[in-house]
Amino acid sequence: MPAAERSSSDDIVKQVRELSEAVAVDISGDVDLHRSPALRETLAKLIDANPARLVLNLSEVGYMDSSGVATLVEALQRIQRKQGRLLLHSLSPRVQSIFEIARLESIFEIYPSEDEALRA
Amino acid sequence: MGKNNMGRRENLSIHSNPVELRQVRSAIEAGGARVGFNKKDCHAIALAVDEALANVIKHAYSGAQDKKIEIEIEELNEEIKQQGLKINIRDFGKAVEISKIKGRELTDIRPGGLGVHIRRKVMDEVVFECPPSGGTLLQMVKYRRNEQKRKG
Repeated sequence: MPAAERSSSDDIVKQVRELSEAVAVDISGDVDLHRSPALRETLAKLIDANPARLVLNLSEVGYMDSSGVATLVEALQRIQRKQGRLLLHSLSPRVQSIFEIARLESIFEIYPSEDEALRA
Repeated sequence: MGKNNMGRRENLSIHSNPVELRQVRSAIEAGGARVGFNKKDCHAIALAVDEALANVIKHAYSGAQDKKIEIEIEELNEEIKQQGLKINIRDFGKAVEISKIKGRELTDIRPGGLGVHIRRKVMDEVVFECPPSGGTLLQMVKYRRNEQKRKG
């Protein structure tokens, strides 16, 4: 699977894996007003490297507020400008609910698992 | 963070530091569960309160992290039709200009501007007051729906 693995020093990003046709990112903990800026910065750097697909694992995200959603919307728009794709997977019910409240489920590509996101 | 339990009311005093919001979310979810809200609604109420506090930090206090915010959580239990959770948020910063509170259209896909929408979508009552002593008092209420009446 991974062509290369590296750990991030920023604890909101637990791991970044460079796969053959995607970059997979494991995000961990709350994505809120306090921690969103770190995620925003990390995602911007990753997208600047022009991945064809950025696959975000949200299985270990216990809480996300509108600043977290805004971070993902910004990342989506940034990668789309570069003709890339942002894919999300393994959302907990709590995280899923904010996408529903904000009516953003149709804007993002959301999958139940990493395998399904990578096959998409 | 100060904490004072008074039966069905809980008073929290926090600084305008995003790190402290997590403790408020926990208190809201615990209060919601005691009143009988299901997990999804407890989470939604905590999210709405979190968004309101984020707005206080960003707008009333312009990002300063050492200012005071007082939160009162009242569990409404006396009448079944009025069961729910009432949350008052008091800040002492720049008074909100009520006429300028406006959420963005959800069809306008861009980062930011979702907090007002979330608050309105989740809560049943949202009232802003500007006390004479300055700052803003935000009062929000979420009532339980009939299907969530506590068993027993």
